[in-house]
Amino acid sequence: MFPKWFDKWNRENPTDIYGPAIFAGAIAGAVLVAAGLVALGQPYPTDSMQTGPRGTGMHVPEFKSDLATPDPDIAEVYPDPPYVPAGDEPLARDLYQNVQVLGDLTEDNFNRLMNAMTLWVAPDEGCAYCHGDVDLEEYGKDDLYTKVVARRMIEMTQNINENWDGHVNANKQVGVTCFTCHRGQNVPSDIWFRIAPVETAAAAGWAAIQNRATLRSQYTSLPVDALEHFLVDYNRIGVHDLESRAEGNPSDPGVPTIQDTERTYALMNYVANSLGVNCTFCHNTRAFYDIEQVTPQWSTEQLGISMVQELNNDYLIPLESEYPQERLGPIHADAPKAACKTCHKGYQQPLQGLNVIADWPELATSGTPVYQTDE
Amino acid sequence: MFSVEYQNIFTQVQVRGPAELGTDDSGTLAQERSDWTGFWGLLGWLGNAQLGPINLGMAGVASIASGIIWLNIVGINMLAQVGWSIPEFIRQLFWLALEPPSPEYGLRIPPLNDGGWYIVASFFLLVSVMLWWLRSYQLAADQKMGKHVFWAFGSAIWLFLVLGLFRPVLMGSWSEAVPYGIFPHLDWTTAFSIRYGNLYYNPFHCLSIVFLYGSVLLFAMHGATILAVTRYGGDRELEQIIDRGTATERAALFWRWTMGFNATMEGIHRWAWWFAVLTPITGGIGILLTGTVVDNWFIWAQEHHFAPMYDGSYGYEAYGTYEAFIGKE
Repeated sequence: MFPKWFDKWNRENPTDIYGPAIFAGAIAGAVLVAAGLVALGQPYPTDSMQTGPRGTGMHVPEFKSDLATPDPDIAEVYPDPPYVPAGDEPLARDLYQNVQVLGDLTEDNFNRLMNAMTLWVAPDEGCAYCHGDVDLEEYGKDDLYTKVVARRMIEMTQNINENWDGHVNANKQVGVTCFTCHRGQNVPSDIWFRIAPVETAAAAGWAAIQNRATLRSQYTSLPVDALEHFLVDYNRIGVHDLESRAEGNPSDPGVPTIQDTERTYALMNYVANSLGVNCTFCHNTRAFYDIEQVTPQWSTEQLGISMVQELNNDYLIPLESEYPQERLGPIHADAPKAACKTCHKGYQQPLQGLNVIADWPELATSGTPVYQTDE
Repeated sequence: MFSVEYQNIFTQVQVRGPAELGTDDSGTLAQERSDWTGFWGLLGWLGNAQLGPINLGMAGVASIASGIIWLNIVGINMLAQVGWSIPEFIRQLFWLALEPPSPEYGLRIPPLNDGGWYIVASFFLLVSVMLWWLRSYQLAADQKMGKHVFWAFGSAIWLFLVLGLFRPVLMGSWSEAVPYGIFPHLDWTTAFSIRYGNLYYNPFHCLSIVFLYGSVLLFAMHGATILAVTRYGGDRELEQIIDRGTATERAALFWRWTMGFNATMEGIHRWAWWFAVLTPITGGIGILLTGTVVDNWFIWAQEHHFAPMYDGSYGYEAYGTYEAFIGKE
């Protein structure tokens, strides 16, 4: 193929061309990738929200693609403004039987709310989910557990909007409705049951409540009982000594141990995952305990913890005897309970801060609803 | 230009000859030594392909036996915790642990299922490690070597004893010891730092990090230097130490040009040894002081004026809002 002199010259001058070829190819490939990254930008760009002083690394990072995608549940929220009463309409308590919590509503607003609750909680089953497959005249009966629970949940919603304003409306008026947790499902997602201990036969004490990949421990090996320990029982979350030197022996129940710290860490991990944030959303991580270095979100979170404690102890756990077996916990047959993620669903603010209460003055107060005619 | 065929790592050419059995200048060293040797190509990719002979000795045999008992107590406890299910054992392996006793037992012996097995296992681990330490002394003595490896291993054992024995005793509770488990021991590490107000403000922790990263840096600098002067015989370090040649001169000049100072061919090994040994020594001091002498390192650092406070202005208005972050503003 090649002239003889060329083959001869090649034979007499053997040269390793593969080494330089691989070397040059690798360099050229690296340059190409680097140039591409500079010219086209990195393929998974991120943005970050600053949460603390510059230089402390306090920020919440997100993929821009995630930020550009709104919470899909927002599309399910529809405007349904109230009928402003003239003042002379008959009220629900006079028109219907056994109306215990929404008696101050006019017929139009009462039925508007009933319809909305159906869409929020039981879109497939309809009215029958709570009232049973019976005639309208029988709707006053409390035959089904769903109706008893729903009534208590209305009271809970009113309580949240009325008394936990500092948490729910910390940034602006948003409020909560049934939809905030239920999202069109009979049972809200991200409720929780007790699972501790994870081990009874081979281990006891601290060894029995940790070191297992479970949903309750966010798939870490941290203790699985953080939610009931802190959000049902009112146990102390902080583990730090507030002086550089402190007396105390770990075997003293009042002295927080390394194991207590792991349980607090498990709760913090749960909170962070529930809100889609990290430690520095609330804390300056150089001194987790120091309330002089926390962010405003930390105070909101404190109120949120107190709120969840009240919701669990005053509303959700007392309903335990009302539920059928299939609604109770799989291990301890305990009542379903709420925590951060039941509302937040992975967002800093539920439904990304959408104002859901504006159309529902009936759910905003346990007293007589206040209808505004500002437009 | 690119025709190097013999390299020091990922060797393409493996030299095979009669097995190298080592010196026996006193005529007694071979007595307790196994004379089994073999060649393993995979090892040859990384270094010398020869495997063996090995001189385990009585201490080595007892150490391995004791270590196997420790490993089996840990593993069988883990297996029992998943109801003797092998698939579950494999699935949960990184999560499982043999935990130290619960805090209420203090320094008393707890029930077997609440830390008792941990105490038993720890005893065997202690025996195993100390016997291996003894063996490192015996082997060096047999060869009439210095005891540098023995002391270096001792520095690691110091940290091990601080974590599992000295500090729990000073704290008055075995619950302070580290769990035997992959993720659980990492959880312990994080919780230990958080509980005591941020271990990064512990000056001995700082020193330990300096020596750890310093060891890595020195290792890279020394390795690179020797490789770079191998062409002048620099890899024959012992000869260069007693009879300095052009390899040493060039290497020394390189570092003097680079940073104005050079270690000597002998001294660099003392630098590396001390950096490595000081890593667990300083780390162990830092751990031992934590919870016993100092309970909140951040506040301690503030008291000693090396945790700066901000000027008071958090500047929240410049941070941007959640609405802006999610593009709703």
